[in-house]
Amino acid sequence: MTEKVGVYICHCGTNIAGPVDVEEVARWAKENLDGVVLARDYRFMCSSLGQELIQEDIKNEGLTRVVVAACSPHLHEKTFRTACSKIGLNPYLTQMASIREQVSWVTEDRAAATHKAKMMVAGAVRRVQLQEELQPTEVPVNPNTLVVGGGIAGIQAALELADAGHKVFMVEREPSIGGHMAQFDKTFPTLDCAACILTPKMSDVGLHENIELLSYAEVDSLSGFVGNFDVRVRKKARYIDEDACTGCGICIEKCPKKVVDEVFEAGLGYRKAVYRPFPQAIPKFPVIDRDTCIYFERGTCKACEKFCPTEAIDFEQTDTYLDLNVGNVIMATGYDLFDCGKIPQYGYGRLANVFTSLEFERLCNAAGPTEGHILLRDGVTEPQSVGIIHCVGSRDKQHHAYCSAVCCMSALKFGHLVMEKTGAEVYSFYIDMRPLHKNYEEFYDRLLQEGMHFIRGRVAEVTDAARLPGEDGKLIIQAEDTLIGKQRRIPVDMVILLGALQPRFDAKETGLKFGVSAGLDGWFTERHPKLDPVATMTDGVFIAGTCQGPKDIPDSVAQGAAAAARVQGMISKGTVLIEPIVATIEEARCSGCRICNTLCPFNAIEYLEDKAVSYINPALCKGCGTCVAACPAQAISGAHFTNDQIFAEMEGLLYDVIGSNGATVKSPQPALEPA
Amino acid sequence: MSESAFEPKIVGFLCNWCSYRAADLAGTARMKYEPNIRIIRVMCSGRVDPTFVLKALSLGADGVMLAGCHPGECHYIEQNYKTIRRFKMLKHTLRALGIEEERVRLQWASAGEGALLASAINEMVDQVRELGPLYWPGNWADNEGSQDAIQALPREHAEAMEVPA
Repeated sequence: MTEKVGVYICHCGTNIAGPVDVEEVARWAKENLDGVVLARDYRFMCSSLGQELIQEDIKNEGLTRVVVAACSPHLHEKTFRTACSKIGLNPYLTQMASIREQVSWVTEDRAAATHKAKMMVAGAVRRVQLQEELQPTEVPVNPNTLVVGGGIAGIQAALELADAGHKVFMVEREPSIGGHMAQFDKTFPTLDCAACILTPKMSDVGLHENIELLSYAEVDSLSGFVGNFDVRVRKKARYIDEDACTGCGICIEKCPKKVVDEVFEAGLGYRKAVYRPFPQAIPKFPVIDRDTCIYFERGTCKACEKFCPTEAIDFEQTDTYLDLNVGNVIMATGYDLFDCGKIPQYGYGRLANVFTSLEFERLCNAAGPTEGHILLRDGVTEPQSVGIIHCVGSRDKQHHAYCSAVCCMSALKFGHLVMEKTGAEVYSFYIDMRPLHKNYEEFYDRLLQEGMHFIRGRVAEVTDAARLPGEDGKLIIQAEDTLIGKQRRIPVDMVILLGALQPRFDAKETGLKFGVSAGLDGWFTERHPKLDPVATMTDGVFIAGTCQGPKDIPDSVAQGAAAAARVQGMISKGTVLIEPIVATIEEARCSGCRICNTLCPFNAIEYLEDKAVSYINPALCKGCGTCVAACPAQAISGAHFTNDQIFAEMEGLLYDVIGSNGATVKSPQPALEPA
Repeated sequence: MSESAFEPKIVGFLCNWCSYRAADLAGTARMKYEPNIRIIRVMCSGRVDPTFVLKALSLGADGVMLAGCHPGECHYIEQNYKTIRRFKMLKHTLRALGIEEERVRLQWASAGEGALLASAINEMVDQVRELGPLYWPGNWADNEGSQDAIQALPREHAEAMEVPA
């Protein structure tokens, strides 16, 4: 070997030096491993002094490769790469051995730990000598951004970017932006009216010169890569000419067809076949619902067309496609409410006066079907007692194991509204109260003072079968009160089920479309759960709001703004570096069998008909290496993870079996040798 | 050497995103596990060519663990499903070669499952320790020419597969 390898064994204080004989590892490496010109141990390699030590050796000893045996590469790989590149050594010529996380912290026996550390250093030394110089590629960033989803998180992200002077395309599936927040009555814990704080932001979006709002539209496909995505948006036919429509609403007034509004009114109210979900909708243009419109059903009616003063109705309209080019994408696609009917013992859908939280929001809302009067399903009776059941579908291994984060506070808010508007008794059935943000605990205190009843225990069932006096005509909530250790039956007039927040029904498809992975529960996965919460594994695609996991409005807003800040950073930098860890195909070896073509979920591999070989687009490749492993001709190689590098590491790790030169030593295999 | 003194050597291929982070977590949480595993980081379990496993065994490893993100959680969306398919094929091959199934293990471990990974490693080490050393074929070195024979295998295989024109 012609490479000069420097080996550095970190003590990490006593974290490594305690359980591992670091001097011995260094001595051993220097004496036994080919290519090692020097091996040092040092208290803290990641300190500036430690880094300088490496830099000095590169300068004075002419090191061409560096091995640092210390903590996990996830912690300090970047540190050492940067230190090396500062002195002129390509950053990809360094390798770390994780002798803290994988040895000193997990091994009891000092001799065994020292031996394992040696083997890991041997692996790194063997591997690093085959590593190649790599250069990240730099590509320009298109300053336009796509925001998918017009709920509060998307709105916030779009406004942040647009206010900073950047063009934003906002795609919203429904006829209006606003998302779930537009459906709510009040927001906890301040009891601000949701519409009052949301609608100004919505109209800002509608009026902003930098925002192009594409409502009643969906992203059809996304291709390209960070800095340069091609997006195809399908604008669904509204049957209304947006250029001519003034939003006067006469068409809605004249439309003879009334249908149940399953989306915005959560099935409690009605809308027309031509409709705007709510009066403050942005944009103001209505939509003709093809599935329920009498004209589309029977071929006659056209009442709206007759009365429209600007001739904006266009029954001939078809879906149109719009091709955009953007540099970054922010996904804020939100959540769906758990189908409470899946827990039959709570009676939703069977017992009339069992409501979901979203239904109750509409019931409470002054713009809702009852004009804000809290009434039973008959539409006239005010309830005298209300039971609120927490964790319906959440914290339940049958459905969703996670906590939906907002239900405790919704329960408090609902309790307050019920007591304020009707004076009814309110019973909350909770597992644990989790009011964990600013001023939330105080709100809980307030409700305790106001006289809301809290019963700790999961509800067994809600039934209308009266058994005891006073239960006739009531809904009886049967639950164990775990604080007093007794079964309780509470008769109430109305039950509100706080259904779980769950991923959108089509989140999986959406994730595939955007190259974003999801966890087992279906929420989109962030790049790092703590340190990179809005980025995803696909560079240039960010997530914000509840599509990433259950959260309340302030958290959604914070994530929307955070995602916008990340995008702004990319825009102001102007270019982006793409990791050089990608796969490449050696054309001369490729037989054009196309086995690799279907393996790539990022569509990075294409088949070049003219040359009859496959080609990997380095900008799309994420470097997983699945195609490398699959190529029968070994024509594909994965940078920084080549077969030879992996074999070399393997040989080093098995140094105690095969010796220094790769030749196999005699059996039987020796036991772990004492240090 | 008595049987009880045998300490198996296990090579682990851990994906960068879930299982390697699980190993990090096991470390951070100071969960003690058997020192017999030596880990190679790959970006994805989909990178693991089944021949890597054979190579490790041929070099003298007594067992190989593949670890990746849970199905459905892959950071590359779906590449670990390809690992599942390849693993099945690999097991089939190993059976044909007379190698005990317990010597290879496919383990899912999310970044939060350090304890799961640690206990899987312990379990596997116990199993392989029970099986004893794998005298195949890394330990044939005293048998002159075996390495050459192994090296020649792919060539012979390729020749056998060739379709006469």
